[in-house]
Amino acid sequence: MTHPTELTIAGARRALAAREISAAELTQAHLDAIAALNPRLNAYITVTPELAAAQAAEADAALARGEAGPLAGIPLAIKDLFCTAGTRTTAGSRILGDFVPPYESTVTGNLLRDGAVFLGKANLDEFAMGSSNTSSAFGAAENPWKRQGDDTALVPGGSSGGSAAAVAARLALGATATDTGGSIRQPAAFCGVSGIKPTYGRCSRFGIVAYASSLDQAGPVARTVEDCAILLGSMAGFDPRDSTSADVAVPDFAAAVARGVKGLRIGIPREYRVEGLSPEIDALWRQGMDWLRAEGATLVDISLPHTKYALPTYYIVAPAEASTNLARYDGVRFGLRENGEDLKDLYERTRAAGFGDEVKRRILIGTYVLSAGYYDAYYVKAQQVRALIKRDFDQAWAQVDAILTPATPTAAFGRDENQDDPVAMYLNDVFTITANLAGIPGMSVPAGLDGKGLPLGLQVLGRPFDEETVFAVGGAIERAAGFHALPALRAAA
Amino acid sequence: MSYTIEGSTGPWEVVIGLEVHAQVTSMAKLFSGAATEFGAEPNSQVSFIDAGFPGMLPVINRECVAQAVRTGLGLNAQVNLWSRFDRKNYFYADLPQGYQISQYQYPVIGTGQIEIQLGDGSTKTIGITRLHLEQDAGKSLHDQHPSKSYIDLNRSGVALMEIVSEPDMRSPEEAGAYLTKLRQILRYLGTCDGNMEQGSLRADVNVSVRKAGEGFRTRCEVKNVNSIRFVMQAVEAEARRQVELWEAGEEVVQETRLFDTTRGVTRSMRSKEDAHDYRYFPDPDLPPLVLEQSWVDSLKAALPELPDARRARYVGDFGLTPYDAHVLTLEKETAAFYEAVAKGRDPKMAANWITGDFFAGLNRVGASIGSSPVSAEDLGALLDLISDNTLSGKLAKEVLEAMFETGKAPGLIVEERGLKQVTDTGAIEAVIDQVMAANAGKVEEYRSGKDKLFGFFVGQTMKAMQGKGNPALVNELLKKKLG
Repeated sequence: MTHPTELTIAGARRALAAREISAAELTQAHLDAIAALNPRLNAYITVTPELAAAQAAEADAALARGEAGPLAGIPLAIKDLFCTAGTRTTAGSRILGDFVPPYESTVTGNLLRDGAVFLGKANLDEFAMGSSNTSSAFGAAENPWKRQGDDTALVPGGSSGGSAAAVAARLALGATATDTGGSIRQPAAFCGVSGIKPTYGRCSRFGIVAYASSLDQAGPVARTVEDCAILLGSMAGFDPRDSTSADVAVPDFAAAVARGVKGLRIGIPREYRVEGLSPEIDALWRQGMDWLRAEGATLVDISLPHTKYALPTYYIVAPAEASTNLARYDGVRFGLRENGEDLKDLYERTRAAGFGDEVKRRILIGTYVLSAGYYDAYYVKAQQVRALIKRDFDQAWAQVDAILTPATPTAAFGRDENQDDPVAMYLNDVFTITANLAGIPGMSVPAGLDGKGLPLGLQVLGRPFDEETVFAVGGAIERAAGFHALPALRAAA
Repeated sequence: MSYTIEGSTGPWEVVIGLEVHAQVTSMAKLFSGAATEFGAEPNSQVSFIDAGFPGMLPVINRECVAQAVRTGLGLNAQVNLWSRFDRKNYFYADLPQGYQISQYQYPVIGTGQIEIQLGDGSTKTIGITRLHLEQDAGKSLHDQHPSKSYIDLNRSGVALMEIVSEPDMRSPEEAGAYLTKLRQILRYLGTCDGNMEQGSLRADVNVSVRKAGEGFRTRCEVKNVNSIRFVMQAVEAEARRQVELWEAGEEVVQETRLFDTTRGVTRSMRSKEDAHDYRYFPDPDLPPLVLEQSWVDSLKAALPELPDARRARYVGDFGLTPYDAHVLTLEKETAAFYEAVAKGRDPKMAANWITGDFFAGLNRVGASIGSSPVSAEDLGALLDLISDNTLSGKLAKEVLEAMFETGKAPGLIVEERGLKQVTDTGAIEAVIDQVMAANAGKVEEYRSGKDKLFGFFVGQTMKAMQGKGNPALVNELLKKKLG
């Protein structure tokens, strides 16, 4: 039989229901894989074997009673940005110290309600700020993929690098992640797995450590489009504790995956053919178009004219919100405290010791753009541009049902590359960031390999609250691509 | 005569505007479900939201919004159906989030106006600039430990209404009258308890001075003044300070000041240069606050009678003087007491007794309307004893005093003390005869034209009757007998 860590979530559910495997066995196989590989990959900051074993035992009992939830016994990695009651939550930062939340985030609470097993807390860029998972205070996570004949450590992408690396390396069947500018889709693409950022408001932000509140959105990473749909169905839903949560029904996402694309109009935005786009990625994009056309979709050349302003807009809006969201880490009530001569000194010492460089950089940028005299020129202007970017999409939806783009401008890069130039690093999010600014759903699906054997992803964008069409298009790409390549580092390998 | 401050260069006009922070009367905080009761154990009414824990999000409390709308309606103000919450960013140990959620650009209530009553019986209209909702901060306790500060977050997140006036006041009296009126309206509405000692109502006083006919000069803000008397004192002290500066050829610097209540002066707290840059921006955790007109209408329909309407009713329906009507409507409780006493009785008589001897009695025993030893029912019964001639006005005053001392009903006191007035003409005539016989000389003088002596005979008669003679009858019979 298939090694338990090679199962999909859909496959594991069938195996568990048929009692071909127990939740305890499935969980133990993953804990063993973590013990073997995590010291190298650093995909998890915290592993919770006792908790996982207890949850697996509960799932087995529920399965035996015939009362199992839809995720009973499914072992998951939880991005360490989600507060988990009784389990240390770090946000990848020193400043949270050994913070153990007394409360559960709504999204993880929903997964627990459905019977999921939590293996541990996945690594991430500090406060979800980054595209390489190198800004984590707990060390960089490593991409389990290797360039052919080259053992250079590659980044898994970020900020949800630990989530994507864990899923790719078979250290979890799926993972929670969050996406503020591409933090689900870019690492999914770098690690050859699928990931969806749903519509803003689809998943509650309650209990997720905030980075940029108007952009942050939770979503899943998994090895198939269907698995993403299964996880999102559990994670999503209206939450009265989050005022930005949308009171809309959660449809059967998984049912949409096999729907097909016949009759769908797929937009190809000309502005995404950016300068410096790798020829391999351009070729993959054209391949994707051919696949969809072959499946009965119509391709439509569209324009999203304000695309080029998305990155600068993001780097005003996100740091502005972050600069005040992170003001609460002051050493007074929880987390790290570095005592000082007086209150101001305590703040300065605590925040100097607690935050890493990238976080400090964004707090500085954010504080600057909100300052008197600069607010109108930066923040107000950025909000105006953001409205135009959103309008671009609103107009596109009159012509098309979904949009196809590359997920990233390059494949995974080396851990030491792009480190001295923040702007080069920020360019990683050039294709993904517009979805956050417009609040629309976006999914990355692995579609091929580059010349060095590294995975590349295609991105599908959809209308607000129409994740079903995104899943349908993602499912079609997945079937056409037949992506079965495996990373060099993985359990049972 | 308008109020001015006399300087060496002549009179100066004073310009005053008030920013009042009123704690919203509500069971729960503005953005969390934690309780708001005053005086609870430190840090016993704090949710993770109020303490700014990671991942916690604010959710607006509908009742707090309703209270703000009611207040806006009571201030004859525009209700903005679309408003927004902003973050006001600054670091302080008792501000857990590192920002206060407030309404900066788009407040829930826009311009309005209220009418204030002044000592000379005149009224004046004061403009309201805006009212907005915001969170209160916690409290820093610096006196609990020699080297540490303690933080109490019970107040953190409690809903406040900041009510900003136009710079329409021109004297300490007007500032005092404005605050009095505002507090009165809040209390009538039940939207703030108006308790300044507990800090539920605090005023920031903006003061500037100018020569007649000038535009505004630089103002200073005196922060956190916590009584109406102190507001009036602070206005005068700050205005005098500014007049002295201008007249000495110096500049008034825009700054925040504190009122030192013991020394009666204001002193600098921080200048404009080191003022915070609050970096206001829309709170991304909260969508705009959108109200339905029908909801506002339903709140309006359910508003209680407000002081102005009640005062007008007392003048129009009860025939009270504007002054009495004003005094009786100042506090909702007083008005309710008055209406209970006046019901089915002469409303003017009820007003006279309450504003006169009853208030004096409360003062004497140090009680308030709420803790009065004399109930509205008993005071009404006392008025009935006057109306049916059982008691003279003078005896009634004695009885009321006894009621304040003993808390007993007036009928019981009259019986116990035998204070019932004498209305038997035969008995009164007998006493008059004795008085006239004992003062034959004075009777002659009176009869020969010395009218002034009439009062002497009244006094002697009443004295002989231990004050119990019905005054009208004593007068009438004396006139008859003296011829």
